[in-house]
Amino acid sequence: MISPPRFFKASMTITEQILQYVLSGLVMGSSYALIALGFTIIYNGTNIINFAQGEFVVIGSLLMVTMTEVYELPMPLAFIIAVAGTALVAFALQRLAIHPLRNSNAMTLIIVTIGASIVLRGISMFIWGKDAYAMRHFSGEEPIEIFGATILPQSFWVFGITIAAVVLLQLFYRKTLMGKAMLATAVNKTAARLMGINVENVLLISFVVSGALGATAGIIIAPLNLAKYDAGVMLGLKGFCACILGGLGSSGGAIIGGILLGIIEALGAGLISSSYRDAIAFVILLLVLFVRPQGLAPLKEMMMGQEKQ
Amino acid sequence: MKSLLKNDYGILVALMFVLAAPPILVKFGAMNSYYISILIFMALNTMIAVGLNLLVCHAGQISLGHAAFYGIGAYTSAILTVVYGCPLWVDVIAAMVLSGVIAYLVGAPTLKLKGHYLAVATMGLGIIAFIVMNEWHSVTEGPSGIVGIPRLKIFETVMRTDMQVYYLYWAIALIVILVAINILNSRVGRALRALHGSETAAAAMGVNVNSYKLKVFVISAVFAGLAGSLYAHYMTFISPPSFGLQFSIMLVLMIIVGGAETIWGALIGAVLITSMRAFLGEALGAYKDYDVIVYGLVMMVVMIFIPAGLAGGVSIIARKLKRGSAQPEEIGA
Repeated sequence: MISPPRFFKASMTITEQILQYVLSGLVMGSSYALIALGFTIIYNGTNIINFAQGEFVVIGSLLMVTMTEVYELPMPLAFIIAVAGTALVAFALQRLAIHPLRNSNAMTLIIVTIGASIVLRGISMFIWGKDAYAMRHFSGEEPIEIFGATILPQSFWVFGITIAAVVLLQLFYRKTLMGKAMLATAVNKTAARLMGINVENVLLISFVVSGALGATAGIIIAPLNLAKYDAGVMLGLKGFCACILGGLGSSGGAIIGGILLGIIEALGAGLISSSYRDAIAFVILLLVLFVRPQGLAPLKEMMMGQEKQ
Repeated sequence: MKSLLKNDYGILVALMFVLAAPPILVKFGAMNSYYISILIFMALNTMIAVGLNLLVCHAGQISLGHAAFYGIGAYTSAILTVVYGCPLWVDVIAAMVLSGVIAYLVGAPTLKLKGHYLAVATMGLGIIAFIVMNEWHSVTEGPSGIVGIPRLKIFETVMRTDMQVYYLYWAIALIVILVAINILNSRVGRALRALHGSETAAAAMGVNVNSYKLKVFVISAVFAGLAGSLYAHYMTFISPPSFGLQFSIMLVLMIIVGGAETIWGALIGAVLITSMRAFLGEALGAYKDYDVIVYGLVMMVVMIFIPAGLAGGVSIIARKLKRGSAQPEEIGA
């Protein structure tokens, strides 16, 4: 995870500290948001919680490391290959494991994705080993100072690419036939099928898009964290916490939930206790389930209404 | 004998005879005493799996964090006996009660929700429990764990040898199975089976769906807490890695492999997966780190090809052979 201390100077006021935490929370939160969006897309299509989502994140980042460090490809090309490669893994997962079970109940499918995540993690360990890889930043590594807090240039890449991914996804939903078919399927699978939408293709594309989003999330934060074969467990589960916080099934909620989770986590780790950093997301998860299980976002139907306009 | 085996109680009696065999084999040198410790782990895993089996089959819910209850049981016993000098067996009861109370607190709000929120909440609980075990040094000793947990005593006899522990723990495991069978054959059990068919129908028949689900979840946690406590007393040393997400997944794997159709699926799953964990590493040699791939594949393959698990698969095949062409049942895991 991002370690706040390396940004710190000796004399920071409490406001500066809080600003620092919020900034680093925003960075982590952006990647949670993308991971959460991936969960949402698959959940809306199939009603399954894809526990292999975290593996997409890791495979994306490890592919990126290989492309940039071993094959020394230029960043943009490596980025495209890593995202496409992960999307291909997601494609294979859907075809080989999810599609044959399309008539089973959601619980069976959820367990299959847990199995798939274990297999993918094992394969990643086989290919990349147990080492953690450092990745080059997209551009300079010189921290920039803002109001007493510092920020790495990579953070701007994280924000920019996250926003670009969200905008692209919206364009995909609104402008393309496949995107519209996906929205329709999310609202009502049976009705979509009756309207002549090939729901099977929609579900396949859901996995592909979800894989691409996960990979993007992994790639943009890889220079700040390290890329390691087993990092996906925590990243995936936290992305899922973000989904619940925002409201499971709502894409707006996924983004808001992700960013909020990032900020709360950074603030909690910085101001309360850093050793419990990883527990914060799950405490929030339980609190949301107990107090407001529908999450922060307005009800799913309302979000859907907004998206369709 | 044949008619005896059709009855759950009959199988239980048969199982008692089977369980008497390994110690005799060890005595005559036909079996390595190392296997006795594996058999002890099978007893512990059976206790947890039986509880999970009740939860999956008869409440239609799954827990992805049962290792937490196992860990809570183990740590409760360890802390009570080592730090506070609590009398033996009292700590076992305390471990079961605490696991049950925490299950109640987590289950009561989440089981009201439609969908698989219990899976999500238990997963969250599992991760929080694991982090607390690692970080709350003043109570749990952190990653270095707690040492010097005493072996259990029956009257004045300390369970010093593995053989004694083997008999005691399997006796407890059989009691757990017996309790589970009785739950299934009780009014509650019938209601639970009704739930498994259709929740709406069960509710319409006047079954208090949420309250039954919650009861079963609490019972499953109590079984896991019991197993955890017994684990601590057997190992005399505990540390967090035994109670992580990986073990929760292993427990789910036991249920999947064994099948949730009958209580015996839990036993089959616990026996198979415990043996796999003991021998797969050896078998893979230099590749032992990759055993996870095997577990993941087993999980996927069983779900795809025999969703009813081995116990369920066998009974479906048996029914098919009997009646010609009965439809295989869809098991709602």
